[in-house]
Amino acid sequence: MSESKLDLLTAASKAEIDQWVAKYPADKKQSATMPALRIVQDQNEGYLTQDLMDAIAEYLGIPAISVYEVATFYSMYEHKPVGKHKICVCTNVSCMLRGSDEIVAHLKKKINVNGWREVSADGRFSLKEVECLGACAGAPMMQIGREYHENLTPEKIDKILESLD
Amino acid sequence: MVSIEIDGKQIKANDGAMVIEAADDAGISIPRFCYHKKLSVAANCRMCLVHVEKARKPLPACATPVTEGMKIFTRTPLALQAQKGVMEFLLINHPLDCPICDQGGECELQDVAMGYGSGLSRYCEGKRVVEDKNLGPLIATEMTRCIHCTRCVRFGEEIAGIKELGATGRGEHMKIGTYVEKTVDSELSGNVIDLCPVGALTSKPFRYRARAWEMRQADSIAPHDCVGSNIHIHTKGREVLRVVPRDNEAVNETWISDRDRFSYEGIHSADRVEKPRIKESGRWTEVSWEHALAFVGDKLKALPADKLGFVAGPSCTSEEYYLFQKLARALGTDNIDYRLRQLDISDQAQVAISQTLGQTIEEFEQNNAFLLVGSNLRKDQPILGHRLRKAGLRGASVSLINSMDHEFRFPVANKLLGGAGDLIRNLAGVTKELLAQNASYKRSKDLSDVLSGIEANDTHRSIAKALSSANKATVILGNQANYHPQSSTIRALAAAICELSGAKLSIVTDGGNSVGAQLMGVLPHRGPGGKKLSKTGLSFNEMLTTSIKGLVVMGAELDADTLTGSSALETAKHAEIVVSITPFSSAAIEKYAHVMLPVGTFAETSGTYINTEGRWQSFEGAVQPYAESRPAWKVLRVLGNVMKLDGFDYFSTEEVMDEIKEHVGHVELNNLFEWEAPAVTGLNGSNGLEMIGDVPIYSVDAIVRRAAALQGTTDAVSSCVYLNSNAASKQGLMDSDTVSVVHQSGSISMTVKLDNRVPDGCIFLPSGASTTDSLGAPFGSVKLDKLAGSINDQGAIGAANV
Repeated sequence: MSESKLDLLTAASKAEIDQWVAKYPADKKQSATMPALRIVQDQNEGYLTQDLMDAIAEYLGIPAISVYEVATFYSMYEHKPVGKHKICVCTNVSCMLRGSDEIVAHLKKKINVNGWREVSADGRFSLKEVECLGACAGAPMMQIGREYHENLTPEKIDKILESLD
Repeated sequence: MVSIEIDGKQIKANDGAMVIEAADDAGISIPRFCYHKKLSVAANCRMCLVHVEKARKPLPACATPVTEGMKIFTRTPLALQAQKGVMEFLLINHPLDCPICDQGGECELQDVAMGYGSGLSRYCEGKRVVEDKNLGPLIATEMTRCIHCTRCVRFGEEIAGIKELGATGRGEHMKIGTYVEKTVDSELSGNVIDLCPVGALTSKPFRYRARAWEMRQADSIAPHDCVGSNIHIHTKGREVLRVVPRDNEAVNETWISDRDRFSYEGIHSADRVEKPRIKESGRWTEVSWEHALAFVGDKLKALPADKLGFVAGPSCTSEEYYLFQKLARALGTDNIDYRLRQLDISDQAQVAISQTLGQTIEEFEQNNAFLLVGSNLRKDQPILGHRLRKAGLRGASVSLINSMDHEFRFPVANKLLGGAGDLIRNLAGVTKELLAQNASYKRSKDLSDVLSGIEANDTHRSIAKALSSANKATVILGNQANYHPQSSTIRALAAAICELSGAKLSIVTDGGNSVGAQLMGVLPHRGPGGKKLSKTGLSFNEMLTTSIKGLVVMGAELDADTLTGSSALETAKHAEIVVSITPFSSAAIEKYAHVMLPVGTFAETSGTYINTEGRWQSFEGAVQPYAESRPAWKVLRVLGNVMKLDGFDYFSTEEVMDEIKEHVGHVELNNLFEWEAPAVTGLNGSNGLEMIGDVPIYSVDAIVRRAAALQGTTDAVSSCVYLNSNAASKQGLMDSDTVSVVHQSGSISMTVKLDNRVPDGCIFLPSGASTTDSLGAPFGSVKLDKLAGSINDQGAIGAANV
C-alpha cells in the first residue's frame, strides 16, 4: 500500500473541490475531476505533478489513471512548470491569416524564448501554442491568465506585457 | 422481441439488443474491434458500420439498437465502402509488422483487413511510434500496434474492477498504458491478451514460441481451484506452450484467472522427474518402472495394514483418487486422507458427503445477500470472486467476516476483521441476533454453550438482517475458514445461521478437485459415494501423531501442501518407506521420500475433475507425459497388478469412470448437515500477537509454485512476516527489520513487511512456502524478537519463495 498523498492538497483547495463534488451525485465524484485539476494546478503555480494528480485521485476516490487520462487529454492542464504569466497564442486558421506568425515571432523575441512551452529566464512568462479559442472576430489573439487580448499588434503586445507585474 | 431483417434474413431479436448482437446470434458476421460481448459498448473503432434502410449514413452495428421492421444490410456497396474506409484509417498508424508479431495468424486486425480492407494503402507519410511499457511478467506490450479499441481499458474497469490501464493524451498522441511505470496486478489480467484484437498486448511467457498454426489444441480443465475453468491447452510436440480460456457461460464465461493461464510453465520445470527413482543409503538412483513398482509393492505388502498411510493433495483427478483409495483399501487400511490443510475435522462424521457451493455458479451470482467467512475469494477462487463482484455491483449486500482486510472491488456492506477467535465470535454474534428473532428454533439449546457471553453488536444485527431479509442469500465458508483450528465450530455456526435465516451454505474448498476427493472416498471414514465404513481409519492429522511405517503421497509436497509442514516431515522421517507419486522432485521430497514414481500433470493425463457445483468435467491428455513419467492412474493400476490385488485391470480412465459412476452416480449433493453442538472455544486471543496464516494465490500447488512468470508477479507473496503499522510500532519494529518469529514448534528469521490489511494484534505469515514449514500450524500466539542487522547480512533468509 502506497503512502497517502492527501496532505499535498491545501485546505483551501480541498474546500473548493468539495463545492464541486457537492454538485454531483454522491457516487459520481469522478465528475469533479476537471475542476479539481484546475484548482490544484492553480495551487501549484500553474502546473500539475504526478503526486498532485495522485492526491486528487485519492481525494475523489477514483483510480489514478482516470485522473491522468483527463489531465493529459485537455490542453489547459500543464505538466511542466510554466511562467507566472502563461501566454497562450492561437495559431489556428483565422489567426494565422491575420498574422499570428508575426505575433509569435515578436513574443519570442520579447520574452526571449526559442520555442513553445519554454519559460523565460526570469520565470515571468511562458509561451504556449493553442488551438482556436473562439475569438476569430478579434484575430490574431492570445490569452494570458483569464484575459483574452484581441486584434494584436507588436505594439499592443509590448503594452500588455508591460502592464503585467 | 422485435422482427428485423439482416441481409434478407428474417430474425427475431430481443428488445434493446444491438444490431451486432442480433447478427451474432443469427450467425451473420459483422467485422468489429472495440465491441466485445462482455464489455460495455464504446463504438469507437467504427469497424462495424452497416447499411440500415432509411438511415442517411452507415450506422455502427454495436451501438444501434434494433427496432421493429428494421432492415440491415452488411454487404451493400455503402456498407462495404464504409468498412473499407475505416480499415484504411485503422491501418494508417499500424506498423504492419505481422512477420515479427506474435499475434500473426490469429489476429483480428489481420483477418478483418483481409476480409474487408484494401490490398493497398494510399498513406505514404510517417507512422507514429509509441514506446513500450513494462506491465509485469505476464503481459508483453508492443504499443505501436495498438488501434485504441480500449477493450483492455474497459476490461480493467468493468471486469477486473481495477482500472490500471487507461488512454492518456489526445488525438495523434493518445496512448494506452498505465501513464506511470507500473505493473498490472489484477488476478485476471491475462484476459486482456485475448481481448486485444491486435498484437499490442500478448503473452510474455509465450512470446516468440510458436505460430498459431503450428500448435494443436486440446480441451481441458484448469486444476488450481474448485471452479474448474474450461481451458484450451495449446501444444507443440510434447510441450505445452500456452493455455487459453474455453467459453463456458455456466462456469468461467470467457475468462480465466492468471493462475490457470500461466501455471503451465510449471509443467516444464527443471524439477520434473524423468524416471522412477529409488533412494538407497542416501543416494538416489534411476531404476526401471518394473523395478520401482515391484520394490514399492514388496515394501508396502510387508508392513501391517494399520501402519500404512495414504495421503493425496486436493488436485488429483477423480480416477486417480478412486484408484488410490481402492489400492489403500485393498491393502486393508482406511488410513487415507486428502485434507492436508484442514486442522479441525472433528465433525467429519456429520458433514455432507461432499462440501460444495450448494448451488450452480450461475445461481450463486443471483443471490441478494452474501456473508463471506474466512475467504480471500478474489485470490483463492478468482472466477467466483468475479461472480461475487458482479452480484455486489448489481446491488447485492455483501458482508465479510475475515482475518485480513482483503480488498474487494465493489461496495462491501459490513466488514468484521480479527484473528481466529474474533472470526468465531463474530459468527456467533450474527447467530445470536438471528436466534433472538427465532425463539422457536429447535436447536437453540445446542448453541447455548458457544453463544454464552456473546453480545450481538450493530454490525452483527445488520448482517443478520441482510441475510434473513434477502430472498436469496448465501453464507460462504472460504479456504481460511476451512483451515481454521476450530473450523468445525465455524461450520456448525454457519449451518445454524443458514437454518435460521434461510440462506444457502456454500463451502468453497481448496485444490482443483476436493469435491472429487470426497466423493471418491479419499477419507478415513467414508468410501466412494460417501459409503459409511465399519471402522474409521486415521485422518492425515492423526497420521502425524501415530507412527506410520509406510506412507504413500500422491500429488502433494508434504512441506508446502500442508499447514503443518514440520510435523508432516517428521512423520515421514520415521517411516520405513515413503513413496512419492509426483511429477516433481524437490529438496524436501529427496529428503523425506524413498521412492519417486514420476507421473504426468493435468495436461498429460485423461481424467475428470468435479467442481464446486458438483459438475463432472472430463478431459483428455493434451501431451504425452514427460520423459518416462506415466499418468498416475496407470501407475496405480499397475501397482495394484504388481501387488496381485483384485480389480485393477482397467484399460482406460473411461473404464475407471464407469466403475466410479456405479458407486457415486446416485449421490445428491447437499451441504446442510446435522451439526453437533459446538464446544466453547478457547480462542480468546492472547495478550501478545496472534498469527494468522493463509496460502497465497501463487503458492497453492506444486505446478503453480514452479511457474516462473507467476512467481514474478506482485501477488507472489514473499516469505515475510506482515503486520500493520500500529502493531509494528507497538513492537518497536520497522519495515524491513529482521525478526525471529517464535511459534509453537519452532522459530525462523524473517523480514518484517508493513501491510495495513493485517488486523491489529495479528501477524500474517503466508503458508505454502517451505521456508515457513518449521513453524507448525499458522494459528495461535506468536512472538517476534527483533534481530540485529539487516536481511542482507543474514544471507538468503526471506528471499522470495520459489
